[in-house]
Amino acid sequence: MVERDLVIVGGGPAGMAAAVSAYENGVKDILLLERDQHLGGILNQCIHPGFGIDYFNEILTGPEYADRFIKKTESIPQIDVSLQSFAVHLENDKTLTYIKPGKLEIVRPKTIIMATGCRERTREMIHIPGTRPSGVFPAGLAQKLINIEGLLPGKDAVIVGSGDIGLIMARRFLLEGARVKAVIEIQKETRGLKRNVVQCVEDFGTPLYYGHKVSDIYGKDRVEKIRVVKVDENFADVPGSEFEIECDTVLISVGLIPENELIEMAGVAVDKSTNSPVSEELNKTSIPGLFVCGNSYKVYDIVDSVSRDSVIAGRLAAEYLKGLK
Amino acid sequence: MKNQLTCIECPAGCAISVTIENGKVVKVEGNKCAKGEAYAITEIENPVRILTSTVLTKDMPLKMVPVKTSAPIPKGRMFEAMEEVKRVRVSGPLKVGETIIPDIAGTGVALVATRELTKS
Repeated sequence: MVERDLVIVGGGPAGMAAAVSAYENGVKDILLLERDQHLGGILNQCIHPGFGIDYFNEILTGPEYADRFIKKTESIPQIDVSLQSFAVHLENDKTLTYIKPGKLEIVRPKTIIMATGCRERTREMIHIPGTRPSGVFPAGLAQKLINIEGLLPGKDAVIVGSGDIGLIMARRFLLEGARVKAVIEIQKETRGLKRNVVQCVEDFGTPLYYGHKVSDIYGKDRVEKIRVVKVDENFADVPGSEFEIECDTVLISVGLIPENELIEMAGVAVDKSTNSPVSEELNKTSIPGLFVCGNSYKVYDIVDSVSRDSVIAGRLAAEYLKGLK
Repeated sequence: MKNQLTCIECPAGCAISVTIENGKVVKVEGNKCAKGEAYAITEIENPVRILTSTVLTKDMPLKMVPVKTSAPIPKGRMFEAMEEVKRVRVSGPLKVGETIIPDIAGTGVALVATRELTKS
């Protein structure tokens, strides 16, 4: 078993900011695990501008924002980056098991920072009735298909939920030559940033229905149409308000959940309503020396805040290590 | 005439009220910074947007390289610019900020890479 001063799980914006900060605060033995073939995390597929206004005081795209941290991380020899490395088990004493091509590795860090990000809420979690055809995608998955894989997953899309990823995908589909029939939001106002409503929906004249929900998805092999109904203040259907929209694709953009199965496995107390760790102080958990930062700590609106708070996690890990000596 | 706008310069999304006379902005209210005033004037007189997309690569490990216009381009030229984005292919290494199309859709603005592209 290999011993390490600090292991960080996740090479996205949170993990990289924490690694650089830990190094700057005196940690000289850092292992950074990333499951993908590249550092950068979800920023690599967020090709739109709007990142970095707060942290770098300039407007960057996701890949450009990631590049700043990738260059910094790679310039520090004390940060050992291990790509294609997927953490699968975490013990109460912080012993971590991860797999990489052809290998199963066990590492015992003195301190650990989990920067595992979040995942998308799904159709199942908002209980949309109907058949189960292909063509229903979480919006972030559609984003990956277009921006990383170069595949357009449909031609006539409806977006469910007005979260930022859904709004941004409405614009992306249109620019790629697909049609966006509507954005359907059950609340009375957007869940995303107002500027995304302006530049991703209003700019293109896409209909945005507030106070509506999808009541049914139809289709045998592929989505054929959806049924939409207006809801009242108590989210109950308004009789007679139903209408149908023909489409072949439904994108679900109804929020994100922190990904915290590993820390739960280690016995960290996790709040069941938010899936965030129960925490007395930013980035700290119920296990001393086990820190969580970025979107796995809580879902942030903007990456700049992720970077700022993850810098604190790096410092906390450094202070914890000093306390052990 | 008065127009209501939502500023898109930053995540704050300020509600801006613009007074227009003969197609020109004469008064901007509700913005919290200078960027908001500049945005409001441009948005009424000549609306522009940064275009971001992806370009297909050839014989490179990454299939798609993300790109952006190095400056905002007129809103009405977005789809024309996209036609050029869809046609172009890149096959060599690229640095962040390196030009792929020098003058996209006759806007005088360059299309540049936003992610590093290497052979390995």
